[in-house]
Amino acid sequence: MTDVLQRVRAAGMGDPGRTGRFGRYGGGYVPESLVETCRQVAEEFRQAWSDPGFRESLTRLLTVHAGRPTPLTPASRLSTELGIQLLLKREDLTHTGSHKINNALGQALLARRMGRSRLIAETGAGQHGVATATAAALLGLRATVFMGERDIERQALNVFRMQLLGAEVVPVGTGSRTLSDATSQAMRHWVGVTDQAHYCIGSVVGPHPYPWMVRTFQRVIGDEARGQCARELTSAVPDYVVACVGGGSNAAGTFAGFVDTSARLVGVEAAGGAGAAHGRDGVLHGARSRFLQDDGGQIVEAHSIAAGLDYPGVGPEHAHLRDLGRARYEAVSDDEAVAAVIRLARTEGIVAALESAHALAWVIRAAGAGELPPGATVLLTLSGRGDKDVAALKDRSALKEPA
Amino acid sequence: MTLETRLRRRRAAGHKLLMPYVTGGVTAGWLDHLRAFADAGADAIEVGLPFSDPTVDGATIQEATHRALARGATTRSVLADLADLAGAAADVPLVASTYYNLVVHAGPQRFCAALRDAGVSGLIVPDLPLDEADELADAAAVASVDLVLLAAPTTPPPRLAQIAQRSRGFVYAVSVMGTTGERTTVADSAEALANRLRDATDRPVLVGFGISTAQHAVHAARSADGVVVGAALMRQVLDGASPYDVGGYLARMRRALDQAAHPTD
Ligand SMILES: Cc1ncc(COP(=O)(O)O)c(C=O)c1O
Repeated sequence: MTDVLQRVRAAGMGDPGRTGRFGRYGGGYVPESLVETCRQVAEEFRQAWSDPGFRESLTRLLTVHAGRPTPLTPASRLSTELGIQLLLKREDLTHTGSHKINNALGQALLARRMGRSRLIAETGAGQHGVATATAAALLGLRATVFMGERDIERQALNVFRMQLLGAEVVPVGTGSRTLSDATSQAMRHWVGVTDQAHYCIGSVVGPHPYPWMVRTFQRVIGDEARGQCARELTSAVPDYVVACVGGGSNAAGTFAGFVDTSARLVGVEAAGGAGAAHGRDGVLHGARSRFLQDDGGQIVEAHSIAAGLDYPGVGPEHAHLRDLGRARYEAVSDDEAVAAVIRLARTEGIVAALESAHALAWVIRAAGAGELPPGATVLLTLSGRGDKDVAALKDRSALKEPA
Repeated sequence: MTLETRLRRRRAAGHKLLMPYVTGGVTAGWLDHLRAFADAGADAIEVGLPFSDPTVDGATIQEATHRALARGATTRSVLADLADLAGAAADVPLVASTYYNLVVHAGPQRFCAALRDAGVSGLIVPDLPLDEADELADAAAVASVDLVLLAAPTTPPPRLAQIAQRSRGFVYAVSVMGTTGERTTVADSAEALANRLRDATDRPVLVGFGISTAQHAVHAARSADGVVVGAALMRQVLDGASPYDVGGYLARMRRALDQAAHPTD
């Protein structure tokens, strides 16, 4: 463990340097037209993050606008049922309803500092789109959000919220018509507007400096939770730290607060989009990481009931943490996730986002299988709330016949 | 003979260089399009190895790529097709273009060896900038494949010089800040970039992205050594034009370039 910890400290969840490497992952695989822009974003972010004025402005926005710090809620009844001690980090209680707002506010502030008048974003579940539209409105920027046609259908509520906030939502009809294609389309658009627009990527994916920058903006989750756990738990640090992984931003932010402790880190993916667990080494959307591919090297479409997990890969830092053995990655099916939403709703009065429910489903499964020892302390990041998913849930028969 | 040697010879003989593009496997008879390009006087032919997520391409080449993949085209099948080329087409240098994931998937050494075995002498990887290119550049050199680097309108001068120095075959000048696709005019940035590159290197400089008509080609080739024509040809292929028709379109570009270079001939 100490050996791994030293290597993580040296190579992971820190500054990935000018080349943006996490072990052999990361980097900047972008067309030459974007190289200068990525370099500028990295430079500006590095300066901004060491500027107390910038940090203060961001902290203030997170406090007075986003509602930080978010609480740490003991899930008492569910804990008793599972025979463990489960603590929920409540990102669902942020303004706009998910952790995505932490990063969107950070990047919007950076965009303004860089003199950009527009934000571009991609979104799957719509939560990053809503967060970007919100941050743009707050800071007087225009927002253009690319979203797969399939996601537009299943996340109609969030599409309307973005439009209400003044953002333009651009449907993407290529490929699987989900997050991955929306990301490709946003990158294509970005090349033509780099002088006015900042591309606000919504997860720890993409070329350097995005995986590092997004994790840095999201580590507020892990840092807050670390302090809260120290007050809540006799052991100070939980035995397990669990979060769902689409690209992996809420997980990376959470893990960053605990990577130097003895906590076991678990990232939970959707079974149909398990890039970390089942992907292969590859390059997509600007970074080297792990992606679902066929035998010829073509990217395989991901499928999940949770639009935010419908991505065929993971961020490069997750690929690295996995190789190091510092974090493990598990996959959960749609049915398990739906069951977990219902169980949490009925034991704790909290309707979780389908994405977050994947993390919870693994905890339920692991506790049931005895993999989590009785009495184990578990911190779980509830990345968002389930309002956006009620239509999808209503369609599932599981809900009609409560157990 | 390397790609670069051949392009330099053509240039020395007073020709402007013309490199059409075709997506490998886009139709059952795609090699007939390639042969028509050779007959129309192409100096090299770019063959796209289809990849599922072509982030540098605009709508036309995306569509061509997806059509090729839907037909079952793979890197292996496209290279196998190329290995069968004969006649005039076999004499025109072939330049593969694709995304870096396909290279990583096969491994750079194996990938480059497969290109060489299929008779391909150049390689373009638009999502692989200079900073990440070392490993592939080494593997390509071992396989005698020229790895072409791209330069963009925003590339700063010292970096432009490095790109020009490290590129092999030619330097690919990306005409605009944007994706591939037809345009109505050649951007001013194309001319400026080509001039900067020609000041920085003696290597052939080809301008691409948006070159759609014979007039565009002539215009762009005033400051550059030649042009790459992609989406304008692929649009016609996608719309069902015959190899004869698409070849005819390219032949008119060829004549216009030759006319402009030798107006008295
Ligand atoms: C509520 C929620 N959780 C998680 C995710 C997945 O993102 P990430 O893996 O970057 O945390 C999303 C993405 O849309 C989301 O909306």
